[in-house]
Amino acid sequence: MITGFITFFTIFAVVGAILYGRKLIKTEKTDAVFGNPERAKGGMHWVVVGSSFLLLSWLYYSWDIAKSFYPKSANELCQVAKVNESLLSLKYLFPIVERQHKSTAIIKRENINIEDKIILIQNDPNLKDQDKKIFVNILRDTKLMIPSLTDERYLEDDTKNIINELTIRLNHLTENFPKDSYPNLTEEEENEINEGLKKQLGWGATGMEVPPLPESKRGLKFHAAAAELNSISDEFFEMRNHNPEYLRQAEAIFGEIKEYMDGLGDGRELDYIKDIKKLVRRIEYASIFPPKTLDELENAIRAFDKVQNNEQGNLRTIDIILFPAGTIVASGPQCSEAGPGRWLPKPSDTFRIFGEMLKPSVGYKMIPMLWYEMMGVNRIVGFILPDWIADIMPGKYPVHNQDGTVDPNFKSRMLDIVTGEFEAFKIPVPTGHIWDSFLRVFLGLSLGIIFGVPLGLFMGLNRFAKGFFDPMVELYRPVPPLAWAPLIITVFGIDNVGKVFLLFMVSFSIMIISARAGASGTQLSKIHAAHSLGASRWQIIREVIFPNSLPEILTGIRVAVGMCWGTLVAAEFLAGTTGIGFVENVARKYMQYEVIWITIFVMGMLGLLFDLTIRKIIDKTIPWRGKG
Amino acid sequence: MSNLVSQKVNMIFKSLKGETVHALKDITFTLKKGELLTVLGPSGCGKTTLLNIAAGFLRPTSGSITLGSNEINGPGVERGMVFQQGALFEWLTVNENVNFGLRMKKEDPVKTAKKVEEWLDIVGLKGFGNTPTYQLSGGMQQRVALARCLINDPDLILMDEPLGALDALTREKMQSLVLKIWKETGKTIILITHSVEEALLLGERVYVMAPRPGRIHKEYKLPFASRGLKGDLREIKNDKEFVSKREEILTMIWDMEEEIMGKEI
Repeated sequence: MITGFITFFTIFAVVGAILYGRKLIKTEKTDAVFGNPERAKGGMHWVVVGSSFLLLSWLYYSWDIAKSFYPKSANELCQVAKVNESLLSLKYLFPIVERQHKSTAIIKRENINIEDKIILIQNDPNLKDQDKKIFVNILRDTKLMIPSLTDERYLEDDTKNIINELTIRLNHLTENFPKDSYPNLTEEEENEINEGLKKQLGWGATGMEVPPLPESKRGLKFHAAAAELNSISDEFFEMRNHNPEYLRQAEAIFGEIKEYMDGLGDGRELDYIKDIKKLVRRIEYASIFPPKTLDELENAIRAFDKVQNNEQGNLRTIDIILFPAGTIVASGPQCSEAGPGRWLPKPSDTFRIFGEMLKPSVGYKMIPMLWYEMMGVNRIVGFILPDWIADIMPGKYPVHNQDGTVDPNFKSRMLDIVTGEFEAFKIPVPTGHIWDSFLRVFLGLSLGIIFGVPLGLFMGLNRFAKGFFDPMVELYRPVPPLAWAPLIITVFGIDNVGKVFLLFMVSFSIMIISARAGASGTQLSKIHAAHSLGASRWQIIREVIFPNSLPEILTGIRVAVGMCWGTLVAAEFLAGTTGIGFVENVARKYMQYEVIWITIFVMGMLGLLFDLTIRKIIDKTIPWRGKG
Repeated sequence: MSNLVSQKVNMIFKSLKGETVHALKDITFTLKKGELLTVLGPSGCGKTTLLNIAAGFLRPTSGSITLGSNEINGPGVERGMVFQQGALFEWLTVNENVNFGLRMKKEDPVKTAKKVEEWLDIVGLKGFGNTPTYQLSGGMQQRVALARCLINDPDLILMDEPLGALDALTREKMQSLVLKIWKETGKTIILITHSVEEALLLGERVYVMAPRPGRIHKEYKLPFASRGLKGDLREIKNDKEFVSKREEILTMIWDMEEEIMGKEI
């Protein structure tokens, strides 16, 4: 419903914006000269076209348009797919999908194989002449065995009868299939399907699965036909053209092989004889019949195929137009989407799932994506204040009395405060995967800035500091942060500490380099001016060098944010129990494409949010950049 | 008396390759309190080096400069400096730039604000106090630099081609301003310039320096600065005496430049 509305709306927007753009071109004076950069200015309407195009592509290729306008189509296509699946192995026997009969192809191939093998054996210098002779004889016999399968004379009446019977069943189905009364289900069968339908979820409810039980009259027809076809197909492939003449010859060949193998150890001879045995078995299990035997069956299959294609009606058009680059496929009783509909989640499902993942009642692996929880202020206080504050208070911790009670004193009360063991009001605190990832980046980045900027400035101003810290920083910096991850996870654990430390390492080096560049790039005249205005060293650093390095530092932060995001997600992929990268990693294992796309989208949005914030800060704090 | 006395100042730079450059050789002079000295010379004659030594940014190889009774050994508030490119702190407003020195000394903000207003008035920037400095024109930036230097009440003001980057018209206005300030405050000023005209107009005394090694080539005592205080600067520029002095010095500098070029070729 919403998808349909959006589809129409975006198409309308695209057409409108294109028309507006065409009209505008005529009035723009700057368009007279090609290459004039003014021509690239403005053009919000093309942004509308671009975004609408993106949205439409998403709706179309995720098959959400199909789902919105023809919600039953997937279920019906599933039934069609079942029919196609059950027909498939029979069809492959005949020149319907292939160029020639399967048996023809097999005979041709095995004849070539036998000739090749004979040449190979005769040219092998490691084989004894005696062995060669035996092998070639067996192969010649095998070749002579093929006519016993293809000769009309040897075909048994039983086999003929089964083929006839199957052909009649197929023709019967072809005749009944278009009738309105088909299928004639018993009440029991009908009840069974109806019971199943009650439990069946809608298309997209479980992700990529398509509801398999038929929900419409047309679907039911195909569902029933598929069952009948399966039984025909099974019966056909159970049947083998093993007539007495064939059995006699085959027995002789296997006898020869067995006799030879009995007196054999491990060696090249064993490999050859195994290969020959495989070859004989291949012919044994191939459905080889005399040339004309299956013609009736082939015609029956062709006839049914035609009828079922006609019965599909507008489904075929829907499949071609609204299920681009793929379709619904069946595998046994299950149906699933094959193509972009599978890996490109439908916007409607994606937003529904995202909404559910946000909530603590559903979440992802018991943790919501982003929610809040009420946390007592005491816990926050206990977390922030270090416990040793109580230890350095005067006095001693209380000792229990004779009556078995403990009287608190000042020192123990202090301990209660610094460990957060007191009653306090609660405030909402954000929680969830997104918040965890955000907090890790924020902490890692903040620590990097807090330690990196002063050290970087120091290194930009002091020969000793530069020389002393340079080797350390330059040695660890070029190593990709993820290469450090295994080590750091081992030392600091898979939870927050390890990740924050990893991100700290990333941002630390970037901040050092940018702060150092900023400090050493300070104009000497500014420092001279500050000196002759009576500023002390500390004042010069704080009032001149630091503000002067701000543009570099802020650019460094921007770079560091990007790097931290990339590293964090990869680190969460490696190990951990919360965070966006963790969610994506789990979703990857279970092939939950909606969730994967949600995480990608969330990461993009958070990265953008970080960058926009820093850009805003840059505009606010250093409007003088490049104008000094 | 806080006279500026330079005694046999020598400055020798050694490059890493081992070449030595004798930037200043035996510079000896005395500047009385309240005098305005302009220093002229071809490029590379050591003008800026001399100024940097006076400011305390460089230590001379030998010799010393004393201001009053103190030998100069490092930068100090009593010697204010004005640079060619303003060297303003562009992250601060005009007010914050001007009161920078007082803020560093942690003086009373109320008094400071009053002083800043006075000085902005003197340099002609009244009402620009809250403007960010990066929005100012070149001339206005130099006015801020002047005010910033003067508010500290230094004994000696060192100006390193302060008007070099300004257009002709602004330059003329600024020259009047420098003279006005010199007269009103009675500060000792050393002004370095490339422009012969400027040196003659502003300098009570003019040193023409010569390069390799940097030394004082010739000294002039001129009346134009005191005349400029009363009259129109443009009139003075057309004065016969002024013109002849200008030509004399110009020829002198040209000869020096040619000598250098000849040496290099």
